[in-house]
Amino acid sequence: MSAIPKEEYLYKCTSACAGCSSSLCLRYVLKAAGSDSVLVIPACCTSVIQGIYPGTAMNVPVYNVAFAASAACASGMSEAFAAAGKETNVIVYAGDGGTVDIGIQALSGAFERGTNFLYICYDNEAYGNTGMQRSGATPLGARTTTTPGGKPTTKKDLDRIIEAHNPPYMATACSAYPLDLYKKVKKALSIEGPKFIHILAPCPPGWRYPTEKTVEMGKLAVKTGTWILYEREFGKLSISGPSKAAMKRPAPLEDYIRGQGRFKNLSPETLDLMRQQVQQNIQRLSREEAGVC
Amino acid sequence: MLTIATGNRAVADAVKAAKPGVIAAYPITPQTEIVEQIAEYVTGGNLESRYIPVESEHSAMAACIGASAGGVRTFTATSSHGLLYMHEMVHWAAGARLPIVMANVNRALGPGWNTWAEHTDAFSQRDTGWLQVFVGTVQEAYDATLMAFKIAEDERVLLPVMVNLDGFALSHITQSLDTVEIGDFLPPFHLPHAIDTENPLGYGPMTGPADYFRFRWDIERSMRDSRGVITEVEREFAERFGRSYGPTEDYRCEDADVVVVAIGTLGKEAEVAIDRLRDEGIKAGSMRLRWFRPFPDLDLAGRDVVVIDRDYSFGFGGVVAHSLKSKTGIEPYSVIAGLGGQEVTYNDIADFVKNRRPGTETWFGVSDHV
Repeated sequence: MSAIPKEEYLYKCTSACAGCSSSLCLRYVLKAAGSDSVLVIPACCTSVIQGIYPGTAMNVPVYNVAFAASAACASGMSEAFAAAGKETNVIVYAGDGGTVDIGIQALSGAFERGTNFLYICYDNEAYGNTGMQRSGATPLGARTTTTPGGKPTTKKDLDRIIEAHNPPYMATACSAYPLDLYKKVKKALSIEGPKFIHILAPCPPGWRYPTEKTVEMGKLAVKTGTWILYEREFGKLSISGPSKAAMKRPAPLEDYIRGQGRFKNLSPETLDLMRQQVQQNIQRLSREEAGVC
Repeated sequence: MLTIATGNRAVADAVKAAKPGVIAAYPITPQTEIVEQIAEYVTGGNLESRYIPVESEHSAMAACIGASAGGVRTFTATSSHGLLYMHEMVHWAAGARLPIVMANVNRALGPGWNTWAEHTDAFSQRDTGWLQVFVGTVQEAYDATLMAFKIAEDERVLLPVMVNLDGFALSHITQSLDTVEIGDFLPPFHLPHAIDTENPLGYGPMTGPADYFRFRWDIERSMRDSRGVITEVEREFAERFGRSYGPTEDYRCEDADVVVVAIGTLGKEAEVAIDRLRDEGIKAGSMRLRWFRPFPDLDLAGRDVVVIDRDYSFGFGGVVAHSLKSKTGIEPYSVIAGLGGQEVTYNDIADFVKNRRPGTETWFGVSDHV
C-alpha cells in the first residue's frame, strides 16, 4: 500500500451513504489517475456523492452529462484535448444502469471508434441513485423495488460485450481489493485507446447488509467465484491474484448470499442456477487462461 | 472566390473556413452532403479538425458538448429525426453555455417517412436556449454559418447557434457562392469556463432551486444581449465582405399595404410573388424572418399581414403566425403551406395575398378558412 500516493482527490465531505464502496473505489481511481485528469459522470450515485453546487467533493474537474451520454461526451473531450496537444486523462465513472442499459450505445460507439479514454463502470447491480430499481446488471434472484419477487433473468454479461470490441485493455476489479484496482487503473492509463474497468461495488442499502460489512461482502463475492478478478491486455487474459485461489477452491455460494437481504427467500432452484452460473464462469475463464478454449 | 454550390456544400465550406477543433456528426438525409464533404476535407488534409463519426445524433451533440467544454471550436449538422433524437443534449448544450454551431437541414417528421422541407423540426427546439437563424439562399447558408461561430463564441452570448436551411429546396439546389478569405474575422476560440485541471471545478452538479433559477435567467439575459451582438457581427461582416443581413430581409415593404411573412426558401419565393402583385397594382411587400430566436421586433403596424407557416403546432396553430401575433398584436391571415415538401409557387403566394382573410387560418390545398 506504500506505493499509493497520499494526495487526496476525493474529500471527506461527500454525500455518499454510510458504507458506500463506490466512493471508496473512486478515491483509489483518482489517486492512480492523478491531478491531470477529468471525470465525466452521467446520472448515477456519483452525481450525488460529488456534492451540491457551489460545493464539490472532488479535486479534479467533474463534468456532468445526461444519463446516456457519458461515453460520447468523453469522446469529444478526448479529441478536444488531443487537438490542443494535452495529455489529460479522460475518465468516465458511471454506474451499471448508465453503462449496461441506457448508456450502452454510446459506450459501444466510443469503443468501436478507438476513443482514447478510460471507462469505469462501478456496478452495484441496480439503479442505486433512485432507490434500487432493477438494472440489466441485477443478478438472478435479487430483489429490487421493481423486482420485488426477485429478478427472473440473469445479469447481463457486460464484459463479454466489451470484449467483443477488442479493446487494448479491460479488467474487472472489486472495492474490497483497492491495491488491485489502483494497479489496474495505473496500467489502463498507460495504454493508448479505449480502456475498460468493471468494478463490483457492494451497496449496503441496496443489497441490504450492515454498513460495516462492505469490505467483507466484496471479499465474499470474489472468494465464492461470483465475481472474478482479471485483466485482458490486447486480448490476453490473466486472472488476478485474489481470484486464482478462489477459482481453484471457491467458498460456498451461501456464504455470499446469506448476508444479503436482497437474496432472502431464494428458491432452491434459483440458488442452483446461480451455482451453475458461477461454475460456468470459472470454467470458461480457466480454460481461456490455459489456452484451451 | 466565386463558384457555384449547393446549400449543403456552402455550409461545409463555411465550416472549413472556421476550422473547428472537433466535428462530431451522424448522417441523415438531406444533411448527408455536409458531413461527407467535411469528412473529405479532413481526410484530404484540407481541414485540420478531428472528425468523430459518432453512432447517433444523441452522441453527436454529447461529443460536441465534451469537445466544446474541453476548449475547442465545435460543429455538427443534422436534420429532422436526428435533431429530435439529440433533443436532450440540445438542451444540455445551451444549459452548459457552450458555443456549439449546428446546421439543421429542415425536414418533415415521420410517420410517414418524408425527407422534404418543413420547419417543425427546428421549432420543436425553440425553448432549448439555442439561437436560431433561417437562411434563404446558398450564399446566406455560407455567410450565416460563418457568423454563427462569432455570435455564439462572443462572451456576451456563449450560447449555441442553429443555422437552418430548407431540405432539398436549399440543401440540394445549386446557386452562385462567393467564398471569402476570413482573415481574423473569427478570433481564436476562447471559452472562459473551459475545463482546466489546474483549476478543478464541478460542471453541472446537483443545483438547488435558487442557483438553478439564476442560471436560467442568465440564459435569457444572454439571449437578450445576443440581439446587439448579432447586429454588431452582421455589420462587421458587411464591412469586411460586402453582404448585409439583419433580423429580417424586407422586400418592397416601405409603402406596402399587405406584407407576406415567411421563413426560409418560401420567403425568397414570396419576393417573386410580390413583383407579380406590384405589376397588378397591388401594394404588397414581403418580410423574410431570418432570426427566430431571439425573436425580432417587427414593424408591421397598419398593414395586413399574411403569414406562411411551413410547420404546425397541433391544437394551437402556425408557429410563426402565433409568434407574430403575440409580439405585434396583429391578427394575420395564417396560411399553413409546404408541409412535407408540398410545392408552393409564387403564383400560390400571390393568391394567398389576394384571397387573404385576416384573423383566419387556411391549410393550403387541404382546408380553406378554418
